[in-house]
Amino acid sequence: MKILIVDDFSTMRRIIKNLLRDLGFNNTHEADDGSTALPMLQNGDFDFLITDWNMPNMPGIDLLRAVRADEKLKTMPVLMVTAEAKRDQIVEAAEAGVNGYVVKPFTAETLKEKIDKIFERIESQG
Amino acid sequence: MTDQEQPVGDQQLARARELVQVLEAGDDVTARALIQDLARPYDRELFDELGKLTRDLHEALQSFRGDSRLVELTQAEIPDARERLNYVVTMTEKAAHETLTAIETSLPIAESFSQQAGELTAKWTRFRNRQLSVDEFREFARDLDEFFAQASHDTDELRRLLSEVLMAQSYQDITGQVIRRVIQLVTDLEENLVSLIRLSSGRMEAIEAAEKTLDDNDDRREGDRRGHGPTVPKTQDSGQDVVEGQDEVDDLLSSLGF
Repeated sequence: MKILIVDDFSTMRRIIKNLLRDLGFNNTHEADDGSTALPMLQNGDFDFLITDWNMPNMPGIDLLRAVRADEKLKTMPVLMVTAEAKRDQIVEAAEAGVNGYVVKPFTAETLKEKIDKIFERIESQG
Repeated sequence: MTDQEQPVGDQQLARARELVQVLEAGDDVTARALIQDLARPYDRELFDELGKLTRDLHEALQSFRGDSRLVELTQAEIPDARERLNYVVTMTEKAAHETLTAIETSLPIAESFSQQAGELTAKWTRFRNRQLSVDEFREFARDLDEFFAQASHDTDELRRLLSEVLMAQSYQDITGQVIRRVIQLVTDLEENLVSLIRLSSGRMEAIEAAEKTLDDNDDRREGDRRGHGPTVPKTQDSGQDVVEGQDEVDDLLSSLGF
């Protein structure tokens, strides 16, 4: 399982990376905003994307839309981990095709639960 | 040919000639009226210029008042910035306490672990040297059983505490986003104050704020797209329709069929 973590704060990337390692995911890569993440996703064989929303240059919602618009990437599961808490924004992310939404600050259990749920759903869909 | 049809210069010349005649004739009253007529075109120019200046000043002030964010900045965003910075202090304090508590809980566990290992090592050495009696060996075996059980429990506890320290560090992201927002506010404030100084220094340059064409709706949508950062209590954020935590996010998403 190759995972890309996108957040402009390096501390948050490290936290997520450590939590993922605890969950048994060791193949993680990092990007600091959507515009650096997108070419990495297009050129690498990533299986899963975890992204923040509020980032310079290309925000997470634009990255999500770009992923869904890309023929090769459009089915990739995307988990949003963000401090953005407006209902309009959560609805917007859902409409753009997000697979899970975790609001910061979050607990290790919440992250684990949402990741498990995403993969359960993918497996049940075949 | 009427007065209107004559060029201004000819009219003035005719008045000047008439003035010489009436002065020579000693008609002071007509002379005074003619002098006023002669001066009138220059007066009008002055009044027009003054009027234009007044209009410019009025428009500049109006556009500044109407479009500048200065009022909004001072009335809403500066008190908000104070709350945001207070929130940063609270969040960093909370994170530091969480970390310190985890450390204070971890240290005795590590110390006791090390002490027990030391005692067992001493007995183990005596056992290897065949210095233990049967009774002492039985006691040693019991101690070892206890130690193994305790070690498994303690390492689980240490792992949990280290995970707490890890999660507590998320304050840097949360407060970092809030501080960036305050920096943006200070930058906006500076730009608006510079505009105000330009205006009051009489240069009447075009005010950038006046060029803003986005309406409120576009502004809000663009703000949503870029993101706002964490919701800070006691600021304009709390007036927004925001979720209170992960449970509300889950409820909202499940209402959308997630």
